[in-house]
Amino acid sequence: MLAAATPPLDMEIPYTAEARPDTGVYNAKIGLWLFLASEVMLFGALFSSYILLRVGSTDWPQGLLSVPIGALNTFVLIGSSITVVMSWLALKGNDFGKFRLYMGSTVLLALLFISIKSFEYHDKFTHYFVKLKDGTELTGHIEGKPFNWSLPKLKASANAPGEIAFHPDAPKRGEPVPDSPHETLRLPVEQIAKLESFGPWRNTYLAIYFTLSGLHALHVIGGILVMLYHWGAGHQLWRKSREQFTNRVEVTGLYWHFVELVWIFLFPVMYIL
Amino acid sequence: MQTAATAGIHETAHHDHHELSFVRKYIFSTDHKVVGVQYGITALLFMFLGYGLMALMRWQLAYPGKPIPVFGDLLLRVLGPDMATGGIMSPDLYNSFGAMHGTIMIFLAVVPLAAGAFANYLVPLQIGAPDMAFPKLNMMSYWVYFVGGAIMLASFFIPGGAAKSGWTSYSPLATVADLARQVDGQTLWLLGMVFLITSSLLGSVNIITTIIQLRAPGMNWMRLPFFVWAQLVTAFLLLLAFPPLEAAGIMQLMDNLFGTSFFLPTGLVVGGQMLDVSGGGSPLLWQHLFWFLAHPEVYVLILPAMGIVAEIIANNTRKQLFGYKSLVYASMALGFISFLVWAHHMYLTGMGTKISTFFQTTTMMISIPSVIILTSLFLSLWGGSIRFNTPMLFALAFLPMFGIGGLTGLPLGFSATDIHLHDTYYVIGHFHYVVAPGTIFALFAGVYYWFPKITGRTMNEFWGKVHFVLSLIFMNLIFMPMFIQGLEGMHRRMYDGGAAYSAAPDLAHGLATAIKLNVGISHAAWLLGLAQVPFIINFFWSIRNGRKVESDNPWQATTLEWQTPTPPPHGNFTRPPVVHRGPYEYSLPGRAKDFTPQNEPD
Ligand code: HEM
Ligand SMILES: [Cu+2]
Repeated sequence: MLAAATPPLDMEIPYTAEARPDTGVYNAKIGLWLFLASEVMLFGALFSSYILLRVGSTDWPQGLLSVPIGALNTFVLIGSSITVVMSWLALKGNDFGKFRLYMGSTVLLALLFISIKSFEYHDKFTHYFVKLKDGTELTGHIEGKPFNWSLPKLKASANAPGEIAFHPDAPKRGEPVPDSPHETLRLPVEQIAKLESFGPWRNTYLAIYFTLSGLHALHVIGGILVMLYHWGAGHQLWRKSREQFTNRVEVTGLYWHFVELVWIFLFPVMYIL
Repeated sequence: MQTAATAGIHETAHHDHHELSFVRKYIFSTDHKVVGVQYGITALLFMFLGYGLMALMRWQLAYPGKPIPVFGDLLLRVLGPDMATGGIMSPDLYNSFGAMHGTIMIFLAVVPLAAGAFANYLVPLQIGAPDMAFPKLNMMSYWVYFVGGAIMLASFFIPGGAAKSGWTSYSPLATVADLARQVDGQTLWLLGMVFLITSSLLGSVNIITTIIQLRAPGMNWMRLPFFVWAQLVTAFLLLLAFPPLEAAGIMQLMDNLFGTSFFLPTGLVVGGQMLDVSGGGSPLLWQHLFWFLAHPEVYVLILPAMGIVAEIIANNTRKQLFGYKSLVYASMALGFISFLVWAHHMYLTGMGTKISTFFQTTTMMISIPSVIILTSLFLSLWGGSIRFNTPMLFALAFLPMFGIGGLTGLPLGFSATDIHLHDTYYVIGHFHYVVAPGTIFALFAGVYYWFPKITGRTMNEFWGKVHFVLSLIFMNLIFMPMFIQGLEGMHRRMYDGGAAYSAAPDLAHGLATAIKLNVGISHAAWLLGLAQVPFIINFFWSIRNGRKVESDNPWQATTLEWQTPTPPPHGNFTRPPVVHRGPYEYSLPGRAKDFTPQNEPD
């Protein structure tokens, strides 16, 4: 009895690498599916909020985002979810070099996605809404493309300009064409009642757009970090336990597919509908 | 049988050459038992704090506008004159304490104790596993919880003080309560919640995976102790109900920090001024998302308690549980339906009669499985030769207390009766019967019951019984009068405890009496605090000086956690257990002993 009491100090958790016979899976796979279930609830709640806010709104802005750019990003993500599967298949085929190639491409594609996304974000923060004290409302760009100005910021800055040069947007289809469409307007600051960029505060549509796509982008960045880790430090684990490393890459791939799936919903909802 | 002490000595003597450092062993430990104990101690401390806030508020309710003796001075010094001029609790401070009492009790005390501490310590042991499926995530889950708690605590000390809009944080109030400040108590509340939700996500993924994957050979689903089932359903609730609150939290954070209008309607006027926001948001949306979490959350508070009580009842009646399978299926039904009742908290928001009808129906449906569970537990007592030790007393008291809590919920579930009762002290009475003399008694029962396994010593029985009797008396003296106050129409969130009502010329006699009950309730509340002193002393004293257990299985129990050395070593079992039978084989005819452990071969 005394000898038996020796605690197994190097105790091992079962089914970290091989599947449990009666459930047919290894631990991390269940863990990831559970995690994704909770992610579905998270994004599900945000999409439901989108529906509720939109149904309750009086006017819902449309056409604020560029469909071609969004479509391009969709293809970039689809491409990356193909390469991530290829990287897993490479491990299944015992080819670590090929794994690196495909995993590396996935990371690059993901980075491309983020760059395009930040370009789109930047575009919103340099696009302005102005309301003048006489009640005129304008949207357009400020000369020099300043980033995220607002009236209080403008007034507080040391070298505050007395007026801003404003290029109004071209009228949308169906809207009356103003007398001088492409003219640059000079707007004295003291005549401005409100100035804000098209950030999340601008309207509920942009609020939900930034929240959903921002949260999605965070998921992409998280994925990039994990995949970089596999690409770099994975070598050690690969040498120690090929099975376990392959499992990890499989699980990462599952996650990455989920991230892509969210975007497949996000794209039409935010860009097209 | 080998005793705790020899096992302990033996262990240290043999293994000091590859002993883990102190930090790895007790602070950043991945051992599920250490994590469980960490959760337990932290959660008990938070429970104490949550009680303390309420004890101070009870002074303001009983004696509105009078300086708080002793502690008033302390508040003045710690929180400043804005909050407690002359030792009098300010309205803002009252609001902060109320909101933080609820938040701390639910998210930092009861849930971490029930679903963090007990689940972590016991689930792997009861299913015969060496540890959790993901030990590192388990450690992270605790530390993320810890950070969340620290943020909540810190929020008391920032300018403006902690969140003030109730544990429900309804918008737009939560956004406009501290409009002048960019970062206010509410911001920290939301940030803290994001950490707590992450922690519960890590924990629940771990528990579910562990139960699915690490059951010992022979431990099939219908041999799981009911406690494990209760924790499994609980983990699913946490996993699926919390994310919508996280989504809502992110949106409210955007409203507070970046000026969005998710929950702010068009034309919102604050302090006589139109709020300069885009508008177009929906305050109802917050309530839907909040209650989508918060109703399942109440089952998170209650299911583990039921699991604990079931274990203790089976052990102390020396009988099979009555209707084990119906208990299992009822708890699954409870878990499932709990996702469909949330808007019964919103009958008075004007969301429409059709929607109300739907939620009234589901609310009545959910009482069926609750009643099944309670009935099974009651019937389990039938014909048992009951051992009335301290854990059993607490477990027995749980049954009628939870019963009162549940039955008083029914009038709240019908929109017609809820019109009168909503937002009154009746609601406070209702849910406190469920969580305070209900869940908290079950948690006490669990502490007394498993203490010998964790420490190798038993807590003192006499002082345990004193603790029990006094707690039972004072709990009822606190919460029973609240039903009367509520029925008389006393509103639940009032700084002066209803004193302002007395200004009304035609004040109903009943309401006048109801207000007077405040004094008695407050005294009972303070005495309840005193009644915990025997527990606290008993707890710490017994760790070193309690009576040593003579065996690894002092209660002569059947489940696997008692078939380990005491306390269980890293890795839990001396040899991998194999399960041969169901969880509650007590007093079976023809057996040599009146109990047969699950791992005993035929
Ligand atoms: C057994 C059947 C139950 C029914 C029919 C029921 C029904 C209700 C209803 C309709 C309300 C809303 C009342 C109002 O605000 O006007 C309510 C409030 C509440 N219930 Fe229950 N309940 C039940 C069980 C529980 C359980 C098991 C718990 C907790 C462990 C609980 C905790 C709460 C809490 C915390 C509130 C207050 C929420 C707030 O701050 O507004 N209830 N209950
Ligand atoms: Cu509810």
